[in-house]
Amino acid sequence: MKKMMSGNEAIARGAYEAGCTVAAAYPGTPSTEILENIATYKGIYSEWAPNEKVAMEVACGASIAGSRSLCAMKHVGVNVAADPLFTIAYEGVNGGLIMVSADDPGMHSSQNEQDNRLFAPHAKVAMIEPSDSQEAKDFIKAAFEISEKFDTAILFRVTTRICHSKGLVELNEREEVGVKEYKKDVKKYVMIPGHARIKHYEVEERLAKLQEYSNNCPLNRIEWGDKKIGIITSGISYQYAKEVFGDKASYLKIGLSYPLPDKMIKKFAKTVDKVYVIEENEPYLENFVKALGIECIGKEFIPVCGELNPDIIRRALTKTEEKKLYSIDVKVPSRPPVLCPGCPHRGIFYAVSKYKDVIATSDIGCYTLGMMEPLNVADTVICMGAGFSAGIGFQKAAMMGGRKDKIFGFMGDSTFFHSGITGLIDAVYNNSPMVAVILDNSITAMTGHQENPGTGKTLMGEVAQVVDIEKIVKAVGIKEENIRIVDPYNLEQTEKAVKEAHEATEPFVIITKQPCALIKEVLKKRAGLHCKIDQDKCKKCKACIRTGCPAIAYKNGQVVIEKSMCNGCTLCKQVCKFDAIERVGE
Amino acid sequence: MTKSILFVGVGGQGIILASKILTEGLVKFGYDVKMSEVHGMAQRGGSVTTQVRFGEKVYSPLIGYGEADVLVAFEKVEAARWTNYLKEGGTMVINDYEIYSLPVLIGKEEYPQDVIEKISDKIEHVKVFKAAEIAESLGNIKVQNIVLLGALIKALGLENLDWASVIKDVLPEKMHEINIKAIEAGMNI
Repeated sequence: MKKMMSGNEAIARGAYEAGCTVAAAYPGTPSTEILENIATYKGIYSEWAPNEKVAMEVACGASIAGSRSLCAMKHVGVNVAADPLFTIAYEGVNGGLIMVSADDPGMHSSQNEQDNRLFAPHAKVAMIEPSDSQEAKDFIKAAFEISEKFDTAILFRVTTRICHSKGLVELNEREEVGVKEYKKDVKKYVMIPGHARIKHYEVEERLAKLQEYSNNCPLNRIEWGDKKIGIITSGISYQYAKEVFGDKASYLKIGLSYPLPDKMIKKFAKTVDKVYVIEENEPYLENFVKALGIECIGKEFIPVCGELNPDIIRRALTKTEEKKLYSIDVKVPSRPPVLCPGCPHRGIFYAVSKYKDVIATSDIGCYTLGMMEPLNVADTVICMGAGFSAGIGFQKAAMMGGRKDKIFGFMGDSTFFHSGITGLIDAVYNNSPMVAVILDNSITAMTGHQENPGTGKTLMGEVAQVVDIEKIVKAVGIKEENIRIVDPYNLEQTEKAVKEAHEATEPFVIITKQPCALIKEVLKKRAGLHCKIDQDKCKKCKACIRTGCPAIAYKNGQVVIEKSMCNGCTLCKQVCKFDAIERVGE
Repeated sequence: MTKSILFVGVGGQGIILASKILTEGLVKFGYDVKMSEVHGMAQRGGSVTTQVRFGEKVYSPLIGYGEADVLVAFEKVEAARWTNYLKEGGTMVINDYEIYSLPVLIGKEEYPQDVIEKISDKIEHVKVFKAAEIAESLGNIKVQNIVLLGALIKALGLENLDWASVIKDVLPEKMHEINIKAIEAGMNI
């Protein structure tokens, strides 16, 4: 049977068919749907871990115990999980072990464009790259086999256009491999220096064997066409190259991309007149080809920055006539992503935006959008967790420089569990009088509503113990009198907490509690509610518009609230000085 | 010959569902199909696209500048934003519908009033619909995405295939009737 599947759905299906029994992840675009789909298959234990490092370690432990195990994350998640990756590379596996890295060329939803292919040689683990959904499924099965045969973890590297493109996939039955026996083996699984020194030699021997295998592996293949041009490529770039050159070139299509097939590349290069290397972002393949002493054309014409597409390759490497492109003579207004109407983050950002001496160290999530006009609440965004810890650094530097900046750090509930707690501990331990704001909307929102340790439910839909944010805050040592829990839909309460936080001289925490406006139950509960403007009372001062709510517009000389967008949060009503806004419905 | 369709609009307008129904239909009718969509930050009220390519054998899921045979705009300034993806001689299907972005709402930028006229001046094949009104007359404004899908199917010359059966395959039963009406309304305008 054939089915249209995204790459992420196909990876999940591949894990199921390969007999995978344990899978873990932290959500992150473009990887999130891998675990969401794995959770729909019987026979696999799956979980959302609090962060990528935990997910990787869960997978490592499961592999050692004998399970075919998988963890998945977005590219920057691999940075978080790099610690276990580099050592499990020494330990090897019992059940096959796969780490899926979903890179985001073009940064559709990411803070950087790092090319995680470079992790494979650095960590010394094998790497596999599929180029469409069918391969995503097939290569996962091959990856488990290679992992077990060569005793290595596998870095399974995909990109946005593999994850979120759909293609036809042939489905097969699950192979029941069960959970292997575990035998205690401290020289393999306890990496004290004495064991690791021996292991490092084994790792080098393993890589030599893998390189030999790479030259004969069916994942690496040559497709002969016209031999004037030979193209070395991998991943989605292969599809773009085929689109542009068709059978007017020959292809060395690489699926096992670390270790690279040196002999195969040499043979291929000898047979063709001219070698092109077509790859997105870093010159990973190109540098290897050049190190073999082979002349090739690559990054001198194909950009390092941004996502590739066939058009870019065509312009870079072929002589084609410039196409006539339509252009319309209108100034198209920009349409940046924004906080939704009724977003519970808006209230606290609105309250903080009134203080001009505040430095806001923000974080990764919907609330990053607090940076947008008209709220402008963000001075820094670096990575998950830095909302608090970079705030501490900022405060210490301001202190050293004799400045009086007041630091507010922001992060959501899921980010707090991910890597915010350690920052908060640092604020207490090193006495930083910053304000740590935890925006608890009871969900991991930006990635499309995943459960987390605070939501009371697991990925597999089971009831879980709620990890209590307030208790954590108290337990790390924030004093009772320096904690405020507010409803961000209640502006007066929120403004009061912000004022007290602003005056505080000790580490201070504000927890805002109100679920994401897009959660199904919330949508249902608030479906009948909306705010309405009394045009007779409205003085058109536009104070409500300055809350940055996309449901409020100034159209044809009137301020109006779009009923279908509004959920009746009443922030606009609370900022209106003329009592011109009322909430209607139940 | 591979055909390329670019769907453009605003997060929340149902673009992904419309392109999914198209894709499932094309598969059912024997084409090789690839579809690409963008998730994540862009969905928060941002500009959203999905791309569908179909033919005998499709490699790239992505469409480059000047390569879309049909561009379907669910919102009218989005049509203007993505015009340079349309192939010379290609068709634009435009929903005559406005959604103001935040910079427009707060008065930092202006929403142009004559977008459709200016597009029609430059592009020969432009089909403009008030899909929201049609959907509302059918009883649910939310099915405007399926009305537009019907219009697209007609522009592709694929209206003779059994699209009602595709809707039945993809959507839950209680949504069949209105969505079949919507796709037919789109094909008949």
